[in-house]
Order: sequence, then C-alpha cells, then structure tokens
Amino acid sequence: MRHLMSPLDFSVAELDELLNLADDIEKNPPKYAHACDGKKLATCFYEPSTRTRLSFEAAMLNLGGSVLGFSSADSSSAAKGESVSDTIRVISCYADICAMRHPKEGAPLVAAEKSGIPVINAGDGGHQHPTQTLTDLLTIRSLTGSLGDMTIGLCGDLKFGRTVHSLIDALIRYPNIRFVLISPEELRIPSYIREDILRANQIPFEEVERLEDAMPELDILYMTRVQRERFFNEEDYVRLKDFYILTKDKMKLAKENMLVLHPLPRVNEISVEVDSDPRAAYFRQAQYGVYVRMALILTLLEITVSE
Amino acid sequence: MLNISGIHEGFVLDHIKPGMSLQLYHDLKLDQLDCTVAIIKNAKSSKMGKKDILKVECSIEALNLDILGFIDHNITVNVIKDDKIFEKKELHLPKQVKNVISCKNPRCITSIEQELDQIFILTDEERQIYRCKYCDEKYRSSSKKSLR
Repeated sequence: MRHLMSPLDFSVAELDELLNLADDIEKNPPKYAHACDGKKLATCFYEPSTRTRLSFEAAMLNLGGSVLGFSSADSSSAAKGESVSDTIRVISCYADICAMRHPKEGAPLVAAEKSGIPVINAGDGGHQHPTQTLTDLLTIRSLTGSLGDMTIGLCGDLKFGRTVHSLIDALIRYPNIRFVLISPEELRIPSYIREDILRANQIPFEEVERLEDAMPELDILYMTRVQRERFFNEEDYVRLKDFYILTKDKMKLAKENMLVLHPLPRVNEISVEVDSDPRAAYFRQAQYGVYVRMALILTLLEITVSE
Repeated sequence: MLNISGIHEGFVLDHIKPGMSLQLYHDLKLDQLDCTVAIIKNAKSSKMGKKDILKVECSIEALNLDILGFIDHNITVNVIKDDKIFEKKELHLPKQVKNVISCKNPRCITSIEQELDQIFILTDEERQIYRCKYCDEKYRSSSKKSLR
C-alpha cells in the first residue's frame, strides 16, 4: 500500500507515468467514468480549504466513486480530543482512500503510519502540499510540453508557502531548471531549502525583492498569496499582504510565452485585469488539478483501466 | 592532584569536553544506576588541554551508545574487565534518534499529540544535521546544549 506525503515519494519515472495517465484522463473522460464504482474517498480536512477539498471530491465523483468526510476540525472528533492516529484507524473502516489536510506539520504522516488505506497529504501546515505540486507539474508539462530547461520565478510568501517548497523539491529533478526567488526580506525561502536542496544540488538560483527586475527572464511566474493563517502576528500580515501585485503593466515586461500560475485562491496579488491575458494560466491550472487527482486516486488504489 | 582509583569492571567515558560530564551523566540516565559513578571534571589532557571523564562500575549494557554517539561521537568509550581495558568502542552518529531530543517547531504535530515518539533522522552526516521525521525541523547535533 502506498501513500503520498511529499512529491518526492514518486520517482521521476513514476511521476511521468502519473502525468501520462492524467493526460489520458483529460483526453478521454468517459473511459474513466466508472473506474472507481463502489469506492469511497474520505476527505479529512482539519482546516478549511474549499478548493482542494472540492477538487478531490470532483476527482472521485468523476471516477464514479463516492465521497464522505469533514471540512473543519470543529465538525470532527478532533474537537473532542481524538488523536490523528485514532481517527485514521476509524476512517480506514469506512473508506478506501483518504485525503487529509491538517494545520500541524507531519499529521498526515502520523495518519499514514497507522492507516489501513492509502493516505494522501492534502496539505500539512506550512510543510508540504504534494497534490498542488502534481497539479503544477501537469499544468507546466501540458502547456509548455516539458518539465526542463526553464527559469521559474517564485513570488510572494516563500517562507510559509508550502506549495513553493514542494514545487522546488519536485522541479530540481529535471534538467536545466533555474529559480528566481522573489520575496520581501521577511518572507524569504527557509534556509533548509536554500542550503540543503538548492545549494546541495547545485541548482542555480537568485533571490530578489523586486518583481519587475525578474520579469523579463522568466518562463514561468508562480505567484503565491500571503496567508493570514501562517502569521502569529496580525501586524506583520497587514504590512506584507500587498507587497506584490501583478498588473497589466508588469506583464508588459514578460516574455510573450511566459505562463502565470497561482495555486489559488488569490486575494490582491494578481489584478483581475491580468485574467484576460492569454499567459494567465491559473484557472486552467485548477482544471488540471482535478485530472491529476483522478490519476493519483487510480494509482494509489492500483486500479487500471483498459481500452 | 586528586586520585580516583581504577575500576574492576565497567566502562570509562574519556575525552569528554570539559564541563560536559554532569550533563552527560543526566542525558545517559546514569543517575538511575545503582552503582559507583565517578564524575571527573577538568582533568589534564595532552590532547584537549582539559577534559572530563566518567567512570561507571557496571555493565556496558547500561550505556546507550546511540545517545552517546549523538551527543558527541568523539568521546572514547573504554570497556573495563579485570581492571584492564578489554575493548574500545567506536562511536558513530546514529541514523535515527528516538525520544532523545524534542521538536521545537510549534507547528509540528508532535507539539499537540504528545504521545507520539520524537524521532529525528540523520539527513546530513557531514554537517551532523538531523531533521524531525514529521515536520523536517532541523537539529544540528554538534550545536546541542541540552536534550529534551
């Protein structure tokens, strides 16, 4: 039985296979419409997340399966003090696969160790968010044709932004990747990513504060939201939340084929006027998120669909 | 010059950084042993200038070599039998330490579910870096001041 805790749980070859499956699902949805008939997905969300939860639910429903779960800790037995280990043991009796989001880092791993069913980490605090990474990889591969030879700008909250950490982990395995890390001083990338991942693997990167300076060289611009829930101090959040705003004017500095990605939801960091720019790919990215989660559910449940 | 006699059977931890012996005594739970223990501070050392020594008159089985290796793998462990050095044990950084240090990350699941084992995994041997199994919080073995 396999779980998904980090994007690195899959080798590059396994990831290719997963993304190929997602491609096939995109091209031929009816072929997969009953692949999970009779199977149940439990969505255990201890922290609110409409988007990720609905994306998982849509994926399972598209496969013909059904869904049960909770969408906040208040409506689960965690409010009564039940441990994650106990909860997953019970959920294992009700469902065939579980997607878990938890505000505490490592909670899905605790669940996986005690679980009788595959567990998918649907985001654990500021730590990992592997299915967002799979979504990002599928989006980049589908829209550019490959996952190598590119300069990627990561902009915004690089300190607490788990999507950014997971994406870096995953992308360094592909050839000729270069990063431009765009953030205010207070939200710079954590040292363990800078030292142990980027420097240790000799991945070229630079850290800058101004988005405008980085724009012309980017093939992908990955914007992130400054998340209120990651701050212990409201004052810091208010000061940093509007540090970057991507506008039509700034888009004029970018390459003609640059792609703008964002894990969504956005607040102010991308002006709505950018939505009509053909380079804005964040809503297509949300659609790819469903395809890749369908592929992931099939892979972890070891279901193959023949022609 | 203070004289402390040798031991008949037991073990001697030599080349302890000066001033660290008492902490080591607690970290290795030697305070829980019902045997003779000598804590020697600031002994003269040709190699280190000054050093601490622990002499323990009980079986080597009582010593957790993983914890000792984690704390300082440069300490010399001499096993004594019949008043002589019977064996010198080599210390290594353990691949994993369990319930020796605790994660300081307030966002880690171990901060709220306290029945979970505190497990740290050696991720960089050269720089002696351990990471929390659950949240990846870094812990540098060489910089430790106190355990748990």
